[in-house]
Amino acid sequence: MALQLFELREAMTMAMAAIRTNKLRSFLTVLGVLIGVSSVIGMVSLITGLNNSMARQIESLGSNVIYISKYKPGIVMGNRSSDERNRKGIFFEDAEAIAANCNLVSAVSPENNYWRWPSGNTAKYEKNEALRPAITGVLPAYEEVNNTEMAEGRFFNDIDVHFRRMTCVLGADVSASLFPGLDPIGKDIMVNDERFSVIGVVAKRESLLGESMNNFVLIPYGTFAKLYPWEKELWLACRAQSAEVMPQAIDQITELMRRRRGVAYDKPDDFAVFTQETLMDQYKKITGVIYLAMIVISSIGLMVGGVGVMNIMLVSVTERTREIGIRKAIGARRRNIIWQFLIEAMTLSGLGGVIGILVGIGLAILINAVSPLPAAVSAVWVMIAFTVAVLVGLVFGIYPAYRAAKVDPIVSLRYE
Amino acid sequence: MLIKTENLWKTYNMGGEELHALRGVTFCIDKGEYVAIMGPSGSGKSTLMNLIGCLDTPSKGTYQLNGRQVASMNDDELAFIRNKEIGFVFQTFNLLPRATALHNVELPLIYNGTTAETRIDLAKRALEMVDLSDRMMHRPNQLSGGQRQRVAIARALVNNPSLILADEPTGNLDTKTGVEIMGVFDRLHEAGNTIIIVTHEHDVAQYANRIVHIRDGQIEREESGRKRAA
Repeated sequence: MALQLFELREAMTMAMAAIRTNKLRSFLTVLGVLIGVSSVIGMVSLITGLNNSMARQIESLGSNVIYISKYKPGIVMGNRSSDERNRKGIFFEDAEAIAANCNLVSAVSPENNYWRWPSGNTAKYEKNEALRPAITGVLPAYEEVNNTEMAEGRFFNDIDVHFRRMTCVLGADVSASLFPGLDPIGKDIMVNDERFSVIGVVAKRESLLGESMNNFVLIPYGTFAKLYPWEKELWLACRAQSAEVMPQAIDQITELMRRRRGVAYDKPDDFAVFTQETLMDQYKKITGVIYLAMIVISSIGLMVGGVGVMNIMLVSVTERTREIGIRKAIGARRRNIIWQFLIEAMTLSGLGGVIGILVGIGLAILINAVSPLPAAVSAVWVMIAFTVAVLVGLVFGIYPAYRAAKVDPIVSLRYE
Repeated sequence: MLIKTENLWKTYNMGGEELHALRGVTFCIDKGEYVAIMGPSGSGKSTLMNLIGCLDTPSKGTYQLNGRQVASMNDDELAFIRNKEIGFVFQTFNLLPRATALHNVELPLIYNGTTAETRIDLAKRALEMVDLSDRMMHRPNQLSGGQRQRVAIARALVNNPSLILADEPTGNLDTKTGVEIMGVFDRLHEAGNTIIIVTHEHDVAQYANRIVHIRDGQIEREESGRKRAA
């Protein structure tokens, strides 16, 4: 089925002429392909954007941070098993033990969140109020472990923790809503109706999955323990000496935690030790599910589009029976006719693909403009989408093209 | 000898009943001849034209075109022969409506793999031969009936075929235009082309050297054209 280049050009010229004569019909025909392709491009752009931002975010945590928590990160489908539900939490003492015993760990930051039931935490300065900030009790080690950059003021020191001082460090969003155009350092704010003095503001962090990472109030761990003594379960972030000793550091921590929690040698860990890589994997799993859903949705669109293309190509074959007869009379072989209609079907669906890609890119630009979600167009997916659109034309064009090739020139030349 | 048929039969099966459209037609046509095939409707002249034009194969008998045995060829081989040896002119012109005159004339060349420049060159020359150089970029619906038929003739000519086969070429034209078109055929004949015209009009048949009358699927008689003889 060799196809000569100029034959291809002729077929494409004729296909474009056919599409031009039936603009509305052609547009309606490729609508399915268009929707399928634009939804793929739009969603891939969104996911690509999120991936980029997520990757930056996770990298900014530093490559040698180890997290310890009761459960693995990620989405849980259904209920946890009773073993899992009965797990012991991670406590402040675990942080002290790791700091004392694991020589490959340079700093340990226990972090404990408080959430005031039922409507969330409040932070007020005069008439200004922050929107439900997270309140986290931390040690000075937090600054090192979390790569914290200060925009203003200072971070906590041991004195803040030891004397349970009512000082706080604000996230950029909280600072912006409480102190618009004011210097926050030294001002007193009300956090859940307790008076705190602002000593520092953390530099703005990149938002994650469209969620702000700057809406928090940090308070010294001692103060947190005094105010919310019932909040004992926490999670730990540890910094390893270097990226090279990460595996050994993880081993040291796992070993110690197993001993502390009395896990039998043949039982699995009843806690989770993970790194930014684990987070990235988890995240990829989630986006993998989104990709799958997207492929399902768009393949339905493409199927519908393909059926539309097939339908209109069958109509076109009937309408142009005479043309096929003429072509055959003057020397077109079966393969010439097959290629002509295949190329026409592919041009049609490919055109739908191109419009779909443009609409998809438009969607991505729109998402970027009006929502906090980042979107980035992926060149690879643009190529894939176009190829798939053309393939749809090819696959669904085969039967109509075959029908066209079967047309008998004698009958068709009499066809009115 | 350009065309040599021997005992051509064409039988159609119409719901179990056999219908003989041709019953043993034997005749020869030489290079450079101008032949009219005449007959009333139902005489089998269209069937004969389809066979001569390699659009169909006979049920029985042999057909040699330019030394090649055509009777037993398959579809694609026939397509090749049609492209190379035969130029068709139809009653209803049969031009591609969406293509320009030039593109219509180019079409046979596209199917035999002629490169673009040669193609345009040859197509232009064929259009010049039928006096349509100034109408090359017009579409069929922008042309008059006579002009359309001239485009069709140019298309039939462009591949330099051994045979031009015209089926009622003046059937859809008024008398004056019909005469004009027959004039074009005359010129082509004088230039050395072999022409077969299938018609039921006596006046049209008179342009040919030789008139073959068909009736009930057989050759009834032959005569020479009046205008030639005179």
